[in-house]
Amino acid sequence: MARKVAGPEIEQLIQLLARLPGLGPRSARRAALHLINKKDQLLAPLAAAMTAARDKIVICETCGNVDTSIECTICADPRRDVSLICVVEEVADLWALERAGVIKGRYHVLGGTLSPLDGVGPEELSIAGLIARARAPEVKEILLALNATVEGQSTAHYLMDQLETCEVTVSQLAHGVPVGGELDYLDEGTLAAAIKARKTL
Amino acid sequence: MTSQVDPELQPARHRLWIARLRATDFRNYEALSVELDDRSVVLTGPNGAGKTNLLEAVSLLAPGRGLGRAQFADMIRHGAAGWALNAILHSAHGEVEIGTGYRSDDQTSARAVRINGETARSAGALGDYTRTIWLTPAMDGLFTGAAGERRRFLDRLIQSLDPGYRSNLSRFERAMRQRNRLLEDGEASSSRYEGFETQLAEAGTAIAATRLDTVTRLARLCDTPAKGGDASPFPWAELVLEGVLEGRLLNEAAVDVEDFYLETLARCREQDRAARRTLEGPHRSDLIVGHGPKGAPARRCSTGEQKALLIGLVLAHAELVKQQSDGYAPLILLDEIVAHLDEARREGLFHEIERLGAQAWMTGTDAAHFAPMGAHAQHFRIENGGVCA
Repeated sequence: MARKVAGPEIEQLIQLLARLPGLGPRSARRAALHLINKKDQLLAPLAAAMTAARDKIVICETCGNVDTSIECTICADPRRDVSLICVVEEVADLWALERAGVIKGRYHVLGGTLSPLDGVGPEELSIAGLIARARAPEVKEILLALNATVEGQSTAHYLMDQLETCEVTVSQLAHGVPVGGELDYLDEGTLAAAIKARKTL
Repeated sequence: MTSQVDPELQPARHRLWIARLRATDFRNYEALSVELDDRSVVLTGPNGAGKTNLLEAVSLLAPGRGLGRAQFADMIRHGAAGWALNAILHSAHGEVEIGTGYRSDDQTSARAVRINGETARSAGALGDYTRTIWLTPAMDGLFTGAAGERRRFLDRLIQSLDPGYRSNLSRFERAMRQRNRLLEDGEASSSRYEGFETQLAEAGTAIAATRLDTVTRLARLCDTPAKGGDASPFPWAELVLEGVLEGRLLNEAAVDVEDFYLETLARCREQDRAARRTLEGPHRSDLIVGHGPKGAPARRCSTGEQKALLIGLVLAHAELVKQQSDGYAPLILLDEIVAHLDEARREGLFHEIERLGAQAWMTGTDAAHFAPMGAHAQHFRIENGGVCA
């Protein structure tokens, strides 16, 4: 354990910063010092922004995205294709897809994956909400954009089963060769998945 | 690209060997550095001097937890904060520098790996450079012990041939743990099971197919000396893989076996729920070894014969690795093996190592046992965490 170098206010700031993803105790110290040095330009506006965010942030009632209004920007956007719902595990995945700008439709955030080992069952995830949305007449396709992990794929399987009674096409992200990837460097599992998911040209 | 002149002589560039090994705060070594050439390495010294620790260090240059399957935290020298190993290796990819280590204040249970100064994503990356196989006294009861030990032995054999095998194993393991939890919880809804079972069927069938393929090729090699007039001093082994999926794969296509396993898992849910675990699958398979010339199961053979069989198996495996790796034999680690062999077998073993062109690392208490290796090996004396030539 490192010795304390500053008063409790600064120590607490460091400790809280250290809990952020990607920051360890050492980098938290550096970040804290940087904030302190730029008290007016950075620390004060950051604190204000954080307070404002805390007061305003809500979870979208429809899709589970985080935003500052009860209907998120994506759900409220009339230009979005209402016939497609893209299902993701976490908000981070939604943001990743938005960054790519490839989804014209809307999203549904599950809030995780089915994992009996972690005590996560269907009730813990936003599955009932998804089924209800899928029953809406304007919805034609549900795209399952879940991680290619054991839990992600099991969840996809479960969702396919649950969506069977809805009149929608269920699709899944392709698994295989990454763009710019060389076959030589791929593991056997990825190669097998790519061959399984091959398409006729 | 092998030399036509004398197949017995390995050209130096087709040898996998360690040119330098450094250990810091590893087990009983505070700071060790040995420079080596491509010949085999003989380590002799009293009990507890640290001979096995050096073999363990070498085994950590390949993926996995090393030959003792110990926790990385337990490898830290008493009073130190972490251990580090650094080696220069001559491999199929030329000279490569491998660094690996673990610190007690690391947030993870995994070790860090650096290859040519670059941090590798996982220890699995070492599989591209190093192939290591070993035989330790702990494996003495392999044929008489539990099936799980033989399965692990086989899985390790395969991993040194097929580094991708590990990902199927861990996928299977993960899906099975999830399914077992559902069984323990008494979950009744089949839709909760199907996702995990589909993956168990895929990964499980792939595991069984790889095992069957390896055992078939290994069996062919074990058989060769017998057909060629029994030149080897080690009896050839008869190998049979016992397992539901492995058995079916002999006559059925993999896709059909996958379907069969998927159906089996669904059908056995009730039974599995009562047992609170998955009863059927490649995690229950067994490798049955028989003493070829005697036609008897290995578990009924004498201790000496079992040892000879095991060495024969390990040498056949080394040959298979060599064939598959463009002529590069794996590093062979033999811990306290030589002392228990009679003179003929000892010389036979040394001859086989020479023929394979492998850098073998051998330990023993008595230097005289290694005398027949003569100038074919580098001899070191180990005492209290120190190495002297």
